Amino acid sequence: MAKHHVTTTVNDDTVEFLCTTEQTLLDVLRDELQLTGSKEGCGSGDCGACSVMLDGRLVCSCLVLGVEAQGKRIDTIEGMAKGDQLHPLQRKFIDQAALQCGICTPGVLIAAKALLEKKPDPTETEVRYWLAGNLCRCTGYDKIVRAVMDAAADMRNA
Amino acid sequence: MDYRVPATTTEAVAMLTSVEGAHALAGGTDLLVKLRTGLMAPRLVVDLKAIPTIRGISSDARGWRIGAATPCAEIGEHKGICAAWPGLVEGLKLIGSTQVQGRATLGGNLCNASPAADSVPALIAAGAVCEVVGPGGTREVPVENIVTSPGRTSLARGEFILGFRLPPQHARGGDAYLRLIPRTEMDIAVVGAGVSLALGSDGTCTHARVSLGAVAPTPLLVADCAKALLGSKVDEPALKALATAASAACKPIDDKRGTIAYRVKVAGVLAVRAARIALERAQQQ
Repeated sequence: MAKHHVTTTVNDDTVEFLCTTEQTLLDVLRDELQLTGSKEGCGSGDCGACSVMLDGRLVCSCLVLGVEAQGKRIDTIEGMAKGDQLHPLQRKFIDQAALQCGICTPGVLIAAKALLEKKPDPTETEVRYWLAGNLCRCTGYDKIVRAVMDAAADMRNA
Repeated sequence: MDYRVPATTTEAVAMLTSVEGAHALAGGTDLLVKLRTGLMAPRLVVDLKAIPTIRGISSDARGWRIGAATPCAEIGEHKGICAAWPGLVEGLKLIGSTQVQGRATLGGNLCNASPAADSVPALIAAGAVCEVVGPGGTREVPVENIVTSPGRTSLARGEFILGFRLPPQHARGGDAYLRLIPRTEMDIAVVGAGVSLALGSDGTCTHARVSLGAVAPTPLLVADCAKALLGSKVDEPALKALATAASAACKPIDDKRGTIAYRVKVAGVLAVRAARIALERAQQQ
């Protein structure tokens, strides 16, 4: 089967790639575009480590076919910092040690950013439910939730 | 495995019928997992999302229309649907995570044909009807007639669901959906219960539809539950009769999520709780 030629926008850059139907968007990001920030945890949409934004919507990139990216806009963890300037969420995660092994972190950050864009002043309960699809086996979640709440407060006061 | 994107329903039907082993793709949250685990190996994936009328939400004199491939997240953000059919929104917001809801669709949740699908009892209770498109043209099928057994539907080869029609909410009507899971989020229903009811001017129940999920091979529309509510004031005796009818309708399996006895009992409890919420909403209209 011939490969599909896909043109899409990733982190504001127009990119082209070839992929088979079987390759997921996560496979394409990691293996064709060398954007390895998005991680594969489960490959079945349960863990959220592969979270990206697809046309402004939070999705698991392991549940999207690479070929479906044609004409779409994709935002990944690689586009979150602007040059050397970390996003307030990234800064806060480092300051408050809201990560240990780091596998879940890119997905958590993408998901948290999506929440704060929709809801700049979430309650702790809202943060916990929104991030329920991002599994972390290290932190016990408390540090993550606190870092998101504190980053939200900083961003509101900025 | 090939991949094609039809721009019209006619093209989609032609693609789905042209190749043996063609499979429709909407949000992909079930299909991609089945592809990965080898449960499915279609020769052709037909991505339906470029058909204009398969996405979006609209309303007219007949009520609401929700495109079958509209992501659940988008439906949950729609103020009109949230106001008219909050029970449906409760159901679809329980499907997977925020990420999954960014892709998952009502058409996919129904056609995946799981007895435990969370949006399906809510759709059935609301009286939703599917617009089914296929080689023979378009036909309207009530949601309760789609799933025939776990993983199987009544759709013929080449047919797919283009959209769902929901009636306007009654003047004094309300709906609700509840499910039981052993945790607070990200799980599959042990029991689900959807209730839609409407009240007359004196508070008597004039319309009722009750649907149960995860307690039989298919989601159930339980006529005896509706009978228990109709003509009553949705008072304690009526709710007791509702619970009895709900439990009597169950034909569940025993599995790690719940025993037969537990599911039968909980179906009655959840039906009553959902009816109380639907009643409160109807009274507030």
